[in-house]
Amino acid sequence: MTMSRISRRNFVKLMGAGGALSLFGLAGCETAPSKASGTSSAKAAPRVVVIGGGFGGATCAKYLRLYDPGLNVTLVEQNASYVTCPGSNWMLGGLRKIEDLTQNYDALRDKHGVDVVIDRVVGVDTAKRVVSLAGGKSLAYDRLVMSPGIDFRWGEIEGYDEAATLLMPHAWKAGPQTVLLQKQLHAMPDGGTFIMTAPPMPFRCPPGPPERASMVAHYFKTHKPKSKILILDAKDNFSKQALFMQAWDQLYPGMIEWVPVTSAGKVVRVDTATRTVHTANGSTEKGDVVNIIPAQRAASLAVATGLANDAGWCPVNQLTFESTKVPNVHVIGDSSVAGAMPKSGHTANNIAKMTAAAIVSLFRGVPPPQPSHVNTCYSLVSPDYGISIAAVYRLGEDGQLQGVKGAGGLSPANASSQQRAQEAGYAMGWHKGIVTDSFT
Amino acid sequence: MNGMHIAACCAAGLALFGTAVANAQTISRGQVIAATCYTCHGTHGVSPSDIPSIDYIPAERMIQTLKAYKTGTRYSTVMGRHSSGYSDEEIVETANYLASLQKKGK
Repeated sequence: MTMSRISRRNFVKLMGAGGALSLFGLAGCETAPSKASGTSSAKAAPRVVVIGGGFGGATCAKYLRLYDPGLNVTLVEQNASYVTCPGSNWMLGGLRKIEDLTQNYDALRDKHGVDVVIDRVVGVDTAKRVVSLAGGKSLAYDRLVMSPGIDFRWGEIEGYDEAATLLMPHAWKAGPQTVLLQKQLHAMPDGGTFIMTAPPMPFRCPPGPPERASMVAHYFKTHKPKSKILILDAKDNFSKQALFMQAWDQLYPGMIEWVPVTSAGKVVRVDTATRTVHTANGSTEKGDVVNIIPAQRAASLAVATGLANDAGWCPVNQLTFESTKVPNVHVIGDSSVAGAMPKSGHTANNIAKMTAAAIVSLFRGVPPPQPSHVNTCYSLVSPDYGISIAAVYRLGEDGQLQGVKGAGGLSPANASSQQRAQEAGYAMGWHKGIVTDSFT
Repeated sequence: MNGMHIAACCAAGLALFGTAVANAQTISRGQVIAATCYTCHGTHGVSPSDIPSIDYIPAERMIQTLKAYKTGTRYSTVMGRHSSGYSDEEIVETANYLASLQKKGK
């Protein structure tokens, strides 16, 4: 019998009660997976395979080894390097180069003893507990951690497909798309219009779209001051809205126009040839550079593995992040449903550590620690104007991660310019910190 | 499942949260909360940036500082928003854990 056969609801209730009899010991009774994979011989050390080398996967692989150096941990990632989404808006503002944001997996391999495999996953047999790779290898696991990130809901905006991203970049997965958007902005004449769309919730990095508008505004102000920015938003409000708008009035007066969904914010069709977008209200806008950030869902691999719900995201036991749909598979990062926690790199990093602690505990047959999480999202409005939102999260009695009342919140509305500059410095420090904590 | 497993399972099951016996097998509450600090302050509290390192601070001073952030008697940009999310007991456990890292040389 494995723990995974116990109802998640009861499980969370029992653990949440604090002091209730634990059922976690049962996890120690797990048997080794069958040798059906053929290529991996059974080993004494428990085997964890982590899929996805972003903030979630990299952090989880590292902390699994920190918490238990005896574990056999393999990280599978299809690219040899990773460009962080946090900080990619700063590229558009001219504050960072792509090299500054690019990470590799050397330290995970050399310093932390993670077996790093650069290959693409073609399938997961969750019954046999085997991951198959495009290169022909198979990896057997006792527990699998999936941190595959997001994919886009193609088809929700007519005319916007993968081919269209080469003309109207999304730049919502950092890398070549970010470079492309930057090139287009650099080529744009002064006095041009930059149109960007913001997606409906839930999506990766809620303060990302207004931060992007801010960084493009900073670039325009310093290089193309007659230019305009139009944000067409599929929502009727956005993260840190009052703080952003206050800052825009002060730093970029008249440059940024935000159109909510209740006005004409919802884009339903694009024409890449004419760089035109059409809204649900029937209005049409023509841009010199158009950035479409599409609606999102859990990555296709998570969906193909049977981990996603009807809404397209992966429900989990928020104590252990084990899937509620497939046993022995933990889902972390943006593709998972993490209660009230936003889809951010910071969230992914924190969830990854708690999941590592939970997996180590499950292997040892002891109760996982009660979770404690933090999220801190900094946004740069200009190089010396930073704002933030923060929260501390606990597992509620309903099994959902909830923000602790009385803690967290936004930067103050009446902060001094000195405080804004301090937070801008901390934003950049935060990036160094999370990158170091996740990848080195 | 054999009898030995069941015995081991039950023994593990009797451990209580918060009063977990100091056991190398247990990941403590202080360790878990400290790990949330590392996202900004660096793994094991060694910061790679202008954000202060927190790996060298004696527990008493750390407790005083975090409590002062929590009550607002000490200025901060974000630490007040964080430290107000923890009980005094959790602050003590976290400070003790961070201080112990220094002694162990991490």
